[in-house]
Amino acid sequence: MPKQTFILNGKPVTVNVNDDVRVLWVLRDLLGVTGPKYGCGINVCKACTSHINGKAFNPCSVKVGDLKKKDRVTTIEGLPDTVGKKLHPMQQAWIDRDVPQCGYCQPGQIMAAVATVKKVRREGRQLRESDLDEIRNICRCGTYARIREAVEEGARNMR
Amino acid sequence: MSIAETATDAGNMHNPSSADGTGGSGGSGLGRRSFLGYVVGGTTLVAAAEFAATPRADAVIPSAPQIPELYDLEDLQTDAALPTSALISVTINKDGTASFAIPRAEVGQGITTSTAMILADELDLPVSKVKVTLAPARPELLLNQLTGGSNTTVSTYTPIRVAAAIARNALLDAAAIELGYAVARLRTYEGLIEAPDGTTISYGDLADKAASPQTKKVEVVLKEAKDRKVVGRPHNRDDALAAVTGQKNFSMDLDVKGALPTMVCRPPTLNGSPRRLKNRKKIKRMPGVKDVVKVNTGIAVRARTFGQCIDAIREMDVVWNKGSVEGESDHTILAGLKRAEIPMIVPNVPILADQIDADFAFAFRSSAALEPNCAIADVREDSAEIWAGLKVPILAQQNIAQAVGLRQDQVKVNVITSGGSFGHKLFSDAAIEAAKISKKMKKPVRLMWHRADEPRQGRLHPMVTSRVRATMLGNEVLSFEQRNTSVVTDFSHGLGEIITSTLDEAPTSVGKALGGLAFSETIFTLTQELPYNFGAVTQLLSETDGRFNTGSMRNIYSPDTAVASELVIDMMAKKMKMDPLEFRLKFIKDERTRACLEKVAEEGNWGRKMPAHRAQGIAVHKEYKGSTAVLVEIDTRPSTVNRKIRNAVTGPRVTKVVMAVDAGLVINPRGLEAQMQGGFMDGLALTLTSSCHLRNGKFLEASWDNYFYTRQWNVPRKIDVHIMDPGVDQPGGAGEAGVPASAAAVACAYARAVGKVPTAFPINHGEISFKPKTFVPPVPKSPTNGLKFTY
Repeated sequence: MPKQTFILNGKPVTVNVNDDVRVLWVLRDLLGVTGPKYGCGINVCKACTSHINGKAFNPCSVKVGDLKKKDRVTTIEGLPDTVGKKLHPMQQAWIDRDVPQCGYCQPGQIMAAVATVKKVRREGRQLRESDLDEIRNICRCGTYARIREAVEEGARNMR
Repeated sequence: MSIAETATDAGNMHNPSSADGTGGSGGSGLGRRSFLGYVVGGTTLVAAAEFAATPRADAVIPSAPQIPELYDLEDLQTDAALPTSALISVTINKDGTASFAIPRAEVGQGITTSTAMILADELDLPVSKVKVTLAPARPELLLNQLTGGSNTTVSTYTPIRVAAAIARNALLDAAAIELGYAVARLRTYEGLIEAPDGTTISYGDLADKAASPQTKKVEVVLKEAKDRKVVGRPHNRDDALAAVTGQKNFSMDLDVKGALPTMVCRPPTLNGSPRRLKNRKKIKRMPGVKDVVKVNTGIAVRARTFGQCIDAIREMDVVWNKGSVEGESDHTILAGLKRAEIPMIVPNVPILADQIDADFAFAFRSSAALEPNCAIADVREDSAEIWAGLKVPILAQQNIAQAVGLRQDQVKVNVITSGGSFGHKLFSDAAIEAAKISKKMKKPVRLMWHRADEPRQGRLHPMVTSRVRATMLGNEVLSFEQRNTSVVTDFSHGLGEIITSTLDEAPTSVGKALGGLAFSETIFTLTQELPYNFGAVTQLLSETDGRFNTGSMRNIYSPDTAVASELVIDMMAKKMKMDPLEFRLKFIKDERTRACLEKVAEEGNWGRKMPAHRAQGIAVHKEYKGSTAVLVEIDTRPSTVNRKIRNAVTGPRVTKVVMAVDAGLVINPRGLEAQMQGGFMDGLALTLTSSCHLRNGKFLEASWDNYFYTRQWNVPRKIDVHIMDPGVDQPGGAGEAGVPASAAAVACAYARAVGKVPTAFPINHGEISFKPKTFVPPVPKSPTNGLKFTY
């Protein structure tokens, strides 16, 4: 069986599994990293949103064989380390605003929020309402209003 | 709390001169009456509650009251909980914490947090030191382990306080001996007991000293409202840190040895069944595949990863038996409902009167949560263990035992926090299915439904029609009749059994009125209450067609009923040439609902001039021992309706929401606000975007890009929630309370903005704005182009 190697939350990992297994299942079923959630498996609900090399991606829709050795995959579990703190400012904002209800979608929401803020910064502009409108992550509890507040607060505290 | 007050409290507890059971005064329904409970025999302090029935105020209403004003679903569930609540117990641990296993399910509604708050207040312990977990299935609780009807706090509020108060008293008794002072001279705070000389002793140090070798019956009085420090103040969720760090475990995250990923290849038509898997050998040889078995719902596959289960399902060549609604479509089912509609009572218009007749249809909708149906099952020869999000675990335990041929006591059912419910987790479909598969495979399984399985084979809110006839004479309303006709709602999750066994205990007039009704008709009658003085009011339900997989969805009947009635109320106002708010204020029946309505009208600036294609809408709802009012503003300009977002249904946009909620005594205002905001998002989806389409025996929807639950691009940018204080000591329900008035206010605003009252909901149901995914195979291929969409 092929060996798959990539960097997961700062550490290299190697897994024996076929190339075509999607990264979500490698994370959840083989590596026991359960922060990224399943909600659709077709890149629609965004509950599995994680980062690859600092950008948001959905591991349900990427073959593990398409990852390169040097690719850095970050899940919600590895987010605090990216800022060298116990919690990323976006996670803190989520707690301050008491965003989660059932909490199932929230790891993905936070990873999407961080990437959205970084994206608008790369574009050299401020976060707009229209950026929030385009966050695709579903929250079936309907925590959208507090998510919007928290993204704005988290953005203010992100360096 | 001052020392003097505490001393008085403690004195009262040990000399319950006011404990005559007659209730107190001054707006507090419970007052200073006493309650009975137990210190349970053991080596650490365990206090258990038994309590007398919560006094119910007799309704005094001038016009003929509808049933829920006297006795509603909350009362029924609360009464059902009475005889067995004695078994609710609080443990004081040696580390100074208190623990309590609530016999309810946490599905996101925040009950572990609010329950910890209630206990903390009564115990004088920091909330962080109160650990609330979910009790496994406890068959001895009989009917008292159902989470639903927004009833958790309504039914548990008093017994858990009693248990906590008994624990605190026992700690005080033990401290009196340790510290050498009378109880009346001690004070409790933050988990400590302090003597007049300043010496303190912690609850943890007293846990074993306060324990009783034998179980003994004791009497307590509860804290007064003025002494509460935690209840009524905003508190963040106890599981927020775990949720935002990915550490909150849901069923599928649990590490159960050998429980490998398992999925089921399901039939192309609703409720079809498998005859034969033609290529078993090929499937068994696929990468990662370990086991393949046939069960009544389809072909189950267990593999190293879920991805490999999906691949195997897509390769399966299965011969299927027919489904339950072959050849049927939305319009044939609707025609069946029309045939089953029951007549109105007021047949003909009196000569001088005006009449409005309106007829609305509501499509099938999916109550699926984001966490799909899932369960872990490990079924052995002589025992079984299940892990799942279950709102009725005792019934699950019975059903599973029956399904795998074990005795109920051989099945352990663990209740796991759920990734949402919205009524979905009332049923144990996935747990039963997982148990059957585990038994057949003789291995532990981690069963997950594919997203596509949910709308296609999972439980839906049934299709409903609602007809309203209102008769008016001059400036008065003579009658208001509402007739809902619905595809059968499945209540086999236990509420039915509760009704059968509890109705005998209900007030006689109520029992008489409900006698002979079917479960569903009873629940309809217990929940529907039109809060207006409209003369002769009748609201009735009839059901037909039991071929679908249905269930209660966040609020059972109320959103549809409210949309229909509030739209008609706007039509009535128009006929009387009155403003919608003015009309409602004229006819509103009770002061608490009126207060909510006035609040949103004021805060939302009702009646402000709106540009073309934009309008305000206003609506109320009364249920769950409380009331809600919602004011919205909607934008239906073509430029808004047709705004483009990739793979999205955009449509009209609600731009502003103002909600007022009277939920009685509020435990956690922050949690209540969250429930109202979430309830609004549901109401918005029900009216504008979310439904399932039946075509030729199949539901077309298969994922969130077909089933349009509210998304960020539909979310109003301003949503204000005002929490009313009615000054009562009775908590109301929160989880479902926000939905009906939200759905109705959006419908009313939409009708006013476009100048036409819609008659079918959601308003976009008439068009299918997606390409249906394949039915064979029943699950879509997982994409591989995810790296193209990084951002």
